[in-house]
Amino acid sequence: MEKYFHSVQLDADRCCGCTNCLKRCPTEAIRVHDGKAKILSERCIDCGECIRICPHHAKKANSSKLEEIRDFEYTVAIPAPALFGQFNNLDSIDVVLTGLKRLGFDDVFEVSRAAELVSEATRRLIKENKLNKPIISSACPAVVRLIRIRFPELCDNVMPLMAPIEVAARVAKQEAMEKTGLPKSKVGVFFITPCPAKVTEIHSPNYTAHSECDGAIAVSKIYPELTQIMDHLTEVEPLGQSGLMGIGWATSGGESAAMLGDKYLAADGIENVIRVLEELEDEHIRGVDFIELNACSGGCVGGVLNVENPYVAQARIQKLRKFLPVSLNHLEEGQLTQMLWENELTYDADIFRLDKDISKAMEMMSQMEDIYKGLPHLDCGSCGAPTCRALAEDIVRGKAKETDCIFKLRAKIQNVYDQLKGTI
Amino acid sequence: MSNAIHLHYEVSGEDFTRAGEASGAVKKRLKSLGFNPDAIRRTAIAMYEAEINMVIHADGGFCDVDIYPDRIEILLSDHGPGIPDVEKAMQEGFSTAPDNVRSLGFGAGMGLPNIKKYSDEMRIETTIGVGTNLYLTIKVSG
Ligand SMILES: Nc1ncnc2c1ncn2[C@@H]1O[C@H](COP(=O)(O)OP(=O)(O)OP(=O)(O)O)[C@@H](O)[C@H]1O
Ligand code: SF4
Ligand SMILES: [Mg+2]
Repeated sequence: MEKYFHSVQLDADRCCGCTNCLKRCPTEAIRVHDGKAKILSERCIDCGECIRICPHHAKKANSSKLEEIRDFEYTVAIPAPALFGQFNNLDSIDVVLTGLKRLGFDDVFEVSRAAELVSEATRRLIKENKLNKPIISSACPAVVRLIRIRFPELCDNVMPLMAPIEVAARVAKQEAMEKTGLPKSKVGVFFITPCPAKVTEIHSPNYTAHSECDGAIAVSKIYPELTQIMDHLTEVEPLGQSGLMGIGWATSGGESAAMLGDKYLAADGIENVIRVLEELEDEHIRGVDFIELNACSGGCVGGVLNVENPYVAQARIQKLRKFLPVSLNHLEEGQLTQMLWENELTYDADIFRLDKDISKAMEMMSQMEDIYKGLPHLDCGSCGAPTCRALAEDIVRGKAKETDCIFKLRAKIQNVYDQLKGTI
Repeated sequence: MSNAIHLHYEVSGEDFTRAGEASGAVKKRLKSLGFNPDAIRRTAIAMYEAEINMVIHADGGFCDVDIYPDRIEILLSDHGPGIPDVEKAMQEGFSTAPDNVRSLGFGAGMGLPNIKKYSDEMRIETTIGVGTNLYLTIKVSG
């Protein structure tokens, strides 16, 4: 097995080797070689930007198939709140939840319920002064992964609580086991996911050895069938158990609002997230206790596996929240401890550094600076690296050569031609 | 020492939203070199403050950065007005920042004290009407 599992994959047949994804990737994890894109596994954070941008649909996200639920005797769907924003003229989330049951699940448990628990737990930890401020939300796995590979000093600021999806999976599984008397292995919990980052998180979690989520099915995968079913429901079950606070997590700012304080900041969109992390690292952001970061524009409604425009989804969610009570889920005695991380978040120092040995790394960087000076500084991407600087780095790492730059190649050919001409 | 990395940046005095470019570039390089995260952070913070000072108080200048395996040496040099009373300027809360800059959150008079706090050595050479040279050293442990 590869060291890093990724939901985001390349469909080589569709890839025509253009530079769209190359230029868009926030961690410079893509190279184009021999006319095909390649994802550098160790650098990919599964944010899905390349899926969003690829005009040939050559980037895809692997997620579970609905049929997989047949492997279990009893199944629970745990939908992300973003799902509720995907439907036109929806009056109540009960319609969606009932639809999920008709789709084949035995029960449903909204992730927004767990979000309310996470919000309460965070408020409590802040009040008890147990966290390093400013606290960075741990809800978006693409952001957490980004911090692990690029922001060593910020690892200790990430909130040490499991994300709502993991909490939901655990509570839902426990409840199902108690209700049915079945052993854990026969109960399947499936997340309905707006993004590839969550799929990856389930397979290789950042802060626990093993996720209790047994699979993640893309919103877009079940959407056609689910809407059909929803259109023909004869009876709607009163299944919804989350308040407006939990549902609010679907959009950027929702998690912050649930902190019930005013010293927070919410940034969305991966480029903005990176800017905030840089400034946090340099301590330019002061007077803020809580920082919510979502890799997708608009928050999880902007996830690439949704079907609806994020802003439309956001407006619908606002409407759905309007008549809900504030919060319907509260921590039970001892529950908070179970929501704490099992593993500490560690910095993955190897990803971006040139070499373990600093002197060797310095030598490589000196070469890199020299090579870079000789490149045309156009960042055109024709060489297959996103920038001239990235090509210089690839060259010193032994993964590319100077003549991958078409300008260098042209100069070399000209040179050879001139020499030949001289000899005739 | 022979294997040092020398970096040079011009810092424009015209647009202080661009201040931080040099310290950002240095930070990125230190990460690629695998320096101790604490040293990287201290370098980034101290250098950014000094860069901003150069932009706000001295109409820009240049930075020279020398990276050695065990330390980072930085010179920030400008042809600004100079600092009349260095001791006073070093005090927390002392600032001559104009109002338009203050409204953007600068001018708390914390820059120089923070530079001192985050660097291991700091030296200021300043002459009224000629300019200021700020020398910083950040030592790398572990
Ligand atoms: N490069 C410089 N040239 C001229 N004067 C300077 C320079 N750097 C600092 N000073 C003077 O020293 C004072 C204190 O600097 P310091 O960085 O501590 O505070 P500040 O820049 O005014 O505010 P802050 O850094 O908190 O935004 C400045 O207000 C300015 O008068
Ligand atoms: S913002 Fe939400 S949808 Fe987007 S990557 Fe993060 S968790 Fe997934
Ligand atoms: Mg200052």
